[in-house]
Amino acid sequence: MSDSVQIFTSPHVLEYPYSRSTGPVIGAFLTALRDGKFVGVKGDGGKVIVPPTEFDPESGEEATEIVDVGSAGVITTWAWVEEPRLDAPLSQPFAWALIKLDGADTALLHAVEAPSKDDIATGKRVVASFKPAGERVGAMADIRCFVLEENQ
Amino acid sequence: MSDDNATAPVTMLSTPIRLDYQFTAGLAQSRSLQGYAEGKFIGQRCPVCKKVYVPSRGSCPVDAVPTTEEVVLGNKATVTTFCVVNVPFAGQSIEIPYITASILLDGADITFMGLIQEIPADEVRMGLRVEAVWVPEEERGPTLASVKYFRPTGEPDAEFSSYEAYS
Repeated sequence: MSDSVQIFTSPHVLEYPYSRSTGPVIGAFLTALRDGKFVGVKGDGGKVIVPPTEFDPESGEEATEIVDVGSAGVITTWAWVEEPRLDAPLSQPFAWALIKLDGADTALLHAVEAPSKDDIATGKRVVASFKPAGERVGAMADIRCFVLEENQ
Repeated sequence: MSDDNATAPVTMLSTPIRLDYQFTAGLAQSRSLQGYAEGKFIGQRCPVCKKVYVPSRGSCPVDAVPTTEEVVLGNKATVTTFCVVNVPFAGQSIEIPYITASILLDGADITFMGLIQEIPADEVRMGLRVEAVWVPEEERGPTLASVKYFRPTGEPDAEFSSYEAYS
């Protein structure tokens, strides 16, 4: 093989433009997000699951009772992202956190905006910052991020 | 979700999956790609089993040895097997029905996929003798798209035994 071989490179994009049907329970959750609020589902053991599932994860029984929960809650655990990827919800450093909303018994994963890592702690209260109503479509990205309640 | 549906319950969710690669062809494949730009098929012969692989991969998958001897193949080939595409799909660029065939170049020991044209779809058959039609020289580049398609040569069909091992 001679040294003069030109090595070719090119972009190669693999993309699947999936659409999924939400079902009644996830559909209700996404509809609520579009309205700028949160709902969960009450399992047969009485626990409120957010984001909701169609079945109670403990009993396996069908869960259909949609209940309102708060737009604020508490960080149960978190990880700081020093260098956000291009498709991250925030372009500056932020925390991925599990957030247990007021009235919920399970936690939801989302981004928390904070001035620095030192401002994030398990147990701190956060509140959802939704996109403007006209930009919400019924998707997780309708939540711009969560922000620290102390910075409100 | 359109504005008309701004109050209807959400029932669908768009969840695109996208992987952005930068593909590097490497030494062997780059030579074959350069061949397309020059209007020729470039392969490599295995030093052990003597089989000719096109496009070049740089190694023989049977003998696990590097392949370095370059072989320039001609434009003529045999259809070993084929598929009539009747189903429209997203991104389709050719009018249906059309034929995608396994092409065995004369002197090669492996097939690759090629488009068959200039023959009605229901007349394409195993053993059909075809030749490559290249795009005009100024439009050629280091891509298999430099081969416009394959068309029948008019020669008698190849004997099944001549391509049996590759079909």
